Amino acid sequence: MAFKLIGENFIPPDLHGKVTGKAKYAEDFRVEGMVFCKMLGSPMPNARVVRIDASEALAMEGVVGILTADDVPEMPSPQQPILTNRPTYVGEPILAIAAVDETTAADALDRIRLELEPLPFVIDPLDSLKPSGPNARDDGNVANMGIPLQELKWGSTDFSELADGRLPMDGQPVLDWTYGDIERGFADAAIVYDETFVTASNAHHSMEPRSTLSYWENGKCFVYGSTQSQTFIMPMLAGYLGIDVADIVYISEYCGGGFGSKGVAYPSMAVPAHMSKKIGRPVMLRITRAEEYFIGSNRGGFQGRIKIGFGKGGKVSAVDLYVVQSCGPNGGFPDFDSAGHAVSLCYQPAAMRYRAVPVLTNTPPGGAQRGPGQNQIAMVMEPLLDRAARDLGVDRLAIRRLNSPKNDSLFGGEQHGVTSAYQDEGLGKGAERFGWADKLRRSGERNGSKVIGIGVGQAYHEAGAAGFDGLVRIAPDGRLHIHTGIGNLGTYSYAATSRVVAEVLQCDWERCVIERGDSRKHLPWNFGQFGSNTSFTMSRSNHAAAVDARNKLLEIAADMLGGSPEDFELGDETVFAKAEPRRNVSFAAAARRAVELGGRYDGHELPEDLNPITRASAVALAGTGLVGVAKDNYPISATPVALAAGFIMIELDLETGVYEILEYNGAIDCGTVIHPLSLANQVKGGAVMGIGLGGLERLVYDPQNGLPANVGLYQSKPPSYLDVPSHMGWDAVGIADPQNPVGVRGMGEPVMGCAASALICAISDALGGHYFNRTPITCEMIVNAASGRPQPHRPLQVFTF
Amino acid sequence: MLKDMMTRFELYRPTALADAYELIDQFGAGAWLMAGGQDSLDWFKDRAKQPRAVIELSQIEGMTGVRETADGVEIGALTTLAEIEENALVRERYGLLVSAASHVASPQIRNVGTIGGNLCQDTRCWYYRAGLSCYRAGGNICYADSPEGMNREHCLFGASRCVAVSPSDTAPALVALDASMVVSSRKGERVVRAERFFVGPDVDIQRMTALQPGEILTAIRIPSAFSSANFYFEKVAERKTWDFALVSVAAALRIESGTIRDARIVCGGVECRPRRMRDAEDAIRGREQNAETAGAAARRSAGGARPLRYNEYKIPLVENLVTRAVRDA
Repeated sequence: MAFKLIGENFIPPDLHGKVTGKAKYAEDFRVEGMVFCKMLGSPMPNARVVRIDASEALAMEGVVGILTADDVPEMPSPQQPILTNRPTYVGEPILAIAAVDETTAADALDRIRLELEPLPFVIDPLDSLKPSGPNARDDGNVANMGIPLQELKWGSTDFSELADGRLPMDGQPVLDWTYGDIERGFADAAIVYDETFVTASNAHHSMEPRSTLSYWENGKCFVYGSTQSQTFIMPMLAGYLGIDVADIVYISEYCGGGFGSKGVAYPSMAVPAHMSKKIGRPVMLRITRAEEYFIGSNRGGFQGRIKIGFGKGGKVSAVDLYVVQSCGPNGGFPDFDSAGHAVSLCYQPAAMRYRAVPVLTNTPPGGAQRGPGQNQIAMVMEPLLDRAARDLGVDRLAIRRLNSPKNDSLFGGEQHGVTSAYQDEGLGKGAERFGWADKLRRSGERNGSKVIGIGVGQAYHEAGAAGFDGLVRIAPDGRLHIHTGIGNLGTYSYAATSRVVAEVLQCDWERCVIERGDSRKHLPWNFGQFGSNTSFTMSRSNHAAAVDARNKLLEIAADMLGGSPEDFELGDETVFAKAEPRRNVSFAAAARRAVELGGRYDGHELPEDLNPITRASAVALAGTGLVGVAKDNYPISATPVALAAGFIMIELDLETGVYEILEYNGAIDCGTVIHPLSLANQVKGGAVMGIGLGGLERLVYDPQNGLPANVGLYQSKPPSYLDVPSHMGWDAVGIADPQNPVGVRGMGEPVMGCAASALICAISDALGGHYFNRTPITCEMIVNAASGRPQPHRPLQVFTF
Repeated sequence: MLKDMMTRFELYRPTALADAYELIDQFGAGAWLMAGGQDSLDWFKDRAKQPRAVIELSQIEGMTGVRETADGVEIGALTTLAEIEENALVRERYGLLVSAASHVASPQIRNVGTIGGNLCQDTRCWYYRAGLSCYRAGGNICYADSPEGMNREHCLFGASRCVAVSPSDTAPALVALDASMVVSSRKGERVVRAERFFVGPDVDIQRMTALQPGEILTAIRIPSAFSSANFYFEKVAERKTWDFALVSVAAALRIESGTIRDARIVCGGVECRPRRMRDAEDAIRGREQNAETAGAAARRSAGGARPLRYNEYKIPLVENLVTRAVRDA
């Protein structure tokens, strides 16, 4: 299929605002009478509020109100509360004060007399699984999405294995699946490794803190927020506010980064609205950088153990994997679930058993972070592939290609299929651009204390969903309005997927208008902008709406000019007779005709299967033009996947543990490339985050006091400009996926994990294959390894530097 | 727990030292002297320090710039790190200081951060910075030096209840150059050698310098003894910018015909003050500059180190950096 727009670069409409500074983020808005509020966070990791005396604070000039847990809807445990009298992590918001300015609000917080009763807390998940170990909450220690809150103790488990550095494998899991014959897989293996590992939690560092402005007007609650997603967050936000979703006006035109932490509504979004309702004035809550490290969520860390067998040619014969995830106190995100699927898909073991348990901890709430689960486990698996390749005398690239998933591959306990998978091709393309064979010859090359390390890494994420709605409108002036409710995380995929509509309707892109960022623009029900799904999901629903509009255009032309719809074609914003192009109707005339015809042509009659949010938007648009609206009912029979490979060359100084990344190339299998420039930016930006994940970033907690050690950008160490290569290459397989109308799949997340795992493989390579069982691999770990010293961490210790 | 929000204070910008002294007298313990503000503002934003009056020194005449003196140069304490990086005289004679200054934080911070501020900045021990009541903050516990303390950034040498380290990049360079600090107060001026300017917890557990209340560091004098000597500076940090040293080394070697006549080797990040590696220096004076001599220096650089649970890696780092300094200066 030849495209005019798909696959071409373009300038997304929100770019100029970002570059010129005219873009307005949530905290840039001001409304008359607005006051500021600030929240008071818990100084203790687990505590009970005994008494709040706010009398002195409320007596201060300029203070206009207080909001406590008693003023807001209670969330069912273990969900994050909006405000709480039972804080379960340091920094958890207990109350908020509103004042005429922030300085006054902050000073008022200083005058709150807060009496807290400290309670036992838990930082290390394994401590909580021990029979007499503490629970992070009163009502349990295990929970996650789909896993009910419960108390789980490993009664008969042999914890003495911990002392030997091994995770016990006999503890009761909450997730347990198996396929194939594990015993036979290990029996057939030429080599079996049994490794215990730790992957760190890390923060999101969204450059725009999650500030919110809110006020009530004419019965509606206006919320200006910072979220990755637009319509998808509204039902959850309505729950926090205790109102109908129809009574929310939600504005989020720009989002300064979320990386998963702003994919859905979050509790602090509701604080200004509740405060505003209480005091009768608009309320701005500006979240600070430090607060981001408390309430901004973080990636779950893993403690795990893997037994993996390889056949003599390098084929993975069996995997037995156990993961314990640290989740924060509220359940967090099911990274543990994704990790098992990722291993099964990416390495296609002939047999696999997977067990996992998500454990609550008194650390900041866990949340989704780019490749949640998949990217941690990539850093566990890829070094093991390298190790097997070395021990078996197989090329490190070849062992990956041998095990890579193909179109007919199945994965997970339920043995799902994939819509398509071309990781072998991606590895091949990436290796060619990188010059794998030549580079490999440089592995171990010495220059004084410096040594060359070569690495290749892979990662995966699901890459799309189905069943959401599309909504487009051709106005009587002929302009095409594309209504998109996906949100604007910053990847520009909202725009790239909107071009599918223009492609189907053969419209000049310059004359298209994207309606987005404000629920008053009548947006459809779309999925959230997370999970690498936008390209796949939105191109389907936009395509469905565009096809609906096209059919209506053809019908109207046949009605106006005579003939049947099949006799007509679209082009240059007209509907013309195939046999006689001069017989045509402009889009403008067709739109006017649609209004005259009414019914389903102008949105007065709607498909039955639309989501209520889409229906309300379409009803609002009815009579204003030709309305194309449809639910994505295209067939889908398997999981769309995004597969990425990263190739890296580093020069590591054995005397200092410092390394320079000399070259990085990413290769991605994401079906049809719909917007090359934003794909390139994703591959490179993902690599920057991956370099942080593999080598720098981790949350550190003092285990005695439950205190966070790194609250701030300089302490948390996201990579700087000088820590990443200034030039990075990229490539894409570009083979269309059969279950997407334009052939695209998503890709946002594995481009991070492949870089992280490539980096740690290169570090190991530079150290002659030294195997680290802990990520990130920090410079002191490298110094210890290079100087033959033991690492200082206890086996399975978490939240360390 | 409130962070990123300063308390109110009165801002004073005196134009003469005499006015600054007067303000210090007026506000006493409520006064805070601020140079570039890169350390001060952090403290204020975390509300860990809540001064009544901030006395901002940038308007005081004569405290910026580099002047040639009869015996070297004098650098005004309020000279920015970026100015030092670019100053022709310093570049020509004291490349060691240029190298150290160019490794401080980030270009943006160096544009406003001053040499005086970099030398007088407080330690970055995270427990102390979190506002906990540790020894250094007037309490009676060291959180870092406890069985479970997260102390990978802390000291190898000179622990005395407190195990914090000096975070400055320029301090080791100035000790290596045998610089002196010009300290002024209402009582007059005193000159303190850099090596004595920085103090450990055994001398004063709540201060990292010899500055007493009411005193202002006004200038740094670098003698000509090591002018245009052989220099070596290296900082090991996790990131290549905006990070503090895990360990750094600054070395000034006088080499004649391949023989090391004199040497001053100083490490940062290993003690509460810049640490002179005297044993290493003694081991190399009079010897040829080569790998063997460098190895001899390294072997004498970590003697007496008392690693904490998480910072033993600093021992090979010190040894390796001293090796490189002696070999490559």
